[in-house]
Amino acid sequence: MPYRSFILRKFFTLVLTLFIITLVNFVLFRLLPGDPIMLLFRDPRLTPEQIDYLYHKFGLDKPLWEQFFIYLWNLLRGEWGISFAYKKPIMEILIPRITNSLILVIPATVLSILLGVVTGVVAAWKRGGLTDALVSFVSLGLYSLPTFWLGGIFIFLSINYWRLPVGGMLNYGVDHSNPLAYLGDLFTHITLPLATLTLVSYGSFTLTVRGALLDVLSEDYIRTAVAKGLSSWRVLSRHALPNAMLPTVSLTAVSLGTAVTGSVLTETVFNWPGVGRLIFDAISNRDYPLLQAGFLVITISVLLANFLADIVYGLLDPRVKYR
Amino acid sequence: MAGRGLIGAAGGLARAVGVSLGLKTGVVVGGLRSALNAVVGNRKSRVGLAVILAYVALAILAPFISPYSPYETDINSILQPPSPQHLFGTDDAGRDLFTENMYAISTSLIVGLFATLVTILVGTVVGLVSGYYGGVVDEVLMRVTDFLLIVPPVMLMIVVGSLLGSSLLNIILVIGLLNWSPIARVIRSMVLTVKEWPFVEASRSMGAGDRLIMFKHIFPIVAPVVFANSMLSVANAIFSHAALVFLGVGNINDISWGTILHFAYTSGSFTAGYWWYFTPPGLMLLGLVLGFMLLGVGLEEVYNPKLRSSISV
Repeated sequence: MPYRSFILRKFFTLVLTLFIITLVNFVLFRLLPGDPIMLLFRDPRLTPEQIDYLYHKFGLDKPLWEQFFIYLWNLLRGEWGISFAYKKPIMEILIPRITNSLILVIPATVLSILLGVVTGVVAAWKRGGLTDALVSFVSLGLYSLPTFWLGGIFIFLSINYWRLPVGGMLNYGVDHSNPLAYLGDLFTHITLPLATLTLVSYGSFTLTVRGALLDVLSEDYIRTAVAKGLSSWRVLSRHALPNAMLPTVSLTAVSLGTAVTGSVLTETVFNWPGVGRLIFDAISNRDYPLLQAGFLVITISVLLANFLADIVYGLLDPRVKYR
Repeated sequence: MAGRGLIGAAGGLARAVGVSLGLKTGVVVGGLRSALNAVVGNRKSRVGLAVILAYVALAILAPFISPYSPYETDINSILQPPSPQHLFGTDDAGRDLFTENMYAISTSLIVGLFATLVTILVGTVVGLVSGYYGGVVDEVLMRVTDFLLIVPPVMLMIVVGSLLGSSLLNIILVIGLLNWSPIARVIRSMVLTVKEWPFVEASRSMGAGDRLIMFKHIFPIVAPVVFANSMLSVANAIFSHAALVFLGVGNINDISWGTILHFAYTSGSFTAGYWWYFTPPGLMLLGLVLGFMLLGVGLEEVYNPKLRSSISV
C-alpha cells in the first residue's frame, strides 16, 4: 500500500517537526535574560532561602536535558506552565481562546479559498484580458495590504457610518440564553474581523490558483485537447483543473502560515478574544510562558493543517495512490 | 564534509562577488544592463520600479522637505488635522506627521534591503550546496528548509524578536534568517537540472573544482531567478517589519510606519476618528510593498515564460 507508506512518512515528518519545535521553544526561553522565579513572583521581598526552595520546587536546579524531558512530558500531560501575568495555569486560559480563534479563522479560510479558486480560475482562463489584469491587480493589492491597517480603516468606517460592533466577540451584560439572540450577537461582532481576514488571505489564494492553472495551460496535452476540438469548458474541467489541483493544495498548505499571521493581527485590532490577541497581550506584559504557549498552539495547528493537506494531496495524486 | 562545504561555499560566493566587482567590470555592466532590460521589458516590473524610485527620491529628500524634526513634540498642537503648517496633521504628542511619514521611508527601505541581503546569501548558498552535493548534505539542509517553510515565519520572528531584544539590527537579522527557505528551494530545484548539463561535465573533466563550478558556472544561470525572488523578499521583509513593530516587537523609537500605526492604535485614533493619523502610514506602506511585489512578479514573468499571458489556446 504506497498510500499508507506515504502517509506514514508524512506522519513521521510531522512528529519530528513537532519535536524540533518544542526543542527550539525550550532552548529559546532558556536564553532569556532574567531570573524565571523573579519574573514569576515579581516580589523583591523573597529571601534567598525562599528563592532556593522555589528553584527546587520548579525543578530549575536539575540538569538542562532533564528539564527538557520534564517539559516534554508536562506538555503531553497538558501542564503548560503558569502565566506570569494571570498567575493561572496556562491551559485554563488557552482552551477558550483556541475555540474563539477557530470560530473566526475557519470560516475566513474557507471563504477566502472558495473565492480565491473561483476568481483564480477565471483570471487564468481569460489570461491577458481585462478580467485577468483586474483580478491580478486587486489580489496583489490585497496581498500587500497591511492587515492591521485594513482592520483599523474598517473600525473607523464602522464607527462613523456602518454602526457595526468593532471589538470583542459578544456584548457584555446581555442575556444570551436565547440561542438565536446569541448567534445574532456573535454574527454582528464577527462581520468586520471576518471580512478583514478573508480579504487579506483571499489575495494570495487567487494568485496561487491562477499561477498553478497557467502552468498547466501551457502543457502540450492542453494543446492536444484543444486541437481535438473539445469545448473550452471540457478542456478546463477535465484536463486543466484536475492537474492544477495538486500544486494548489500544496501551495495552499504553505500559505496557511501567512494566514496565521493575518489572524494574529486581525484579532489584535478587533480585540477578538482568541490566541492571537493573547499573544499580543503576552508581548506587552512580557508574559513569556503565555507567549511560548501561544506560539506552540499556533505552530501545532499549522503543522496539523499541513498534514491534512498532505493526506488530501495523496488522495488526489494517482501517482501516490496507485503505484 | 557538510560543514566545510557550507563555509567554503560562503567564501566562494563572497570571492565570486568580489571578483566580479573588482576585475570584471564588463561582466557587471553586462549583468546590470540585462537586468535593466528585463525590468523595462515588462509592464508590471516597469511600474514597480517607478514606484520604488519615487520612494527612494522621497527618502533622500526627507530632511529637506520636512519642516520639522521627527522627534520634535509640541504640546500646544496635538492631534491637529492637516493644515498648511502640518500637511499630514500632528499626532498625540504634537509631532508633525508629514515629517514622520517621510523619515519612515528610509527605515523600511533599510530593513527591506538588508534583510533581503541576508536572505539571498543564505538561500543561495543552501540551495547551491544542497542541489550540487545531494546525499546527506541535501537531506539535512532540506529538512531545515522545510522546517522554516512550514513554521509560520512571523510567529517565529515574534518569539525570537521579543527574546533577543529589539534593536533594528536584531530585527533585520531575525527577518533575514527566517525567510530564506523559498529561495533555497527554487535554487536547489534549478541546480538539480543545470548540474547535469554537458558543459558542467566538460568543465569538471578539465579539472574544475566544485566551488568553481558552483559559483562560476551554475550561479550565473540561476542568478536571474534569485533576482526576481529577492524583490518579493524585500516586499515580504518590509511587511513583516511593519507587522512586528505594530505588535510591539521591535524598537518603537525607530521612525517607521509600523511605529506610527502602533501608536495610532494604542492611542485609540481609529475609534476617535483621527483619520490623518492612521491613513498616510498605511497607504505609504501599501504603496512600497506593492512596488516591490510588482517588480518581483514582473521579473518572474520575464524569466519564466510559462507565466506570461500571451500564450493562446
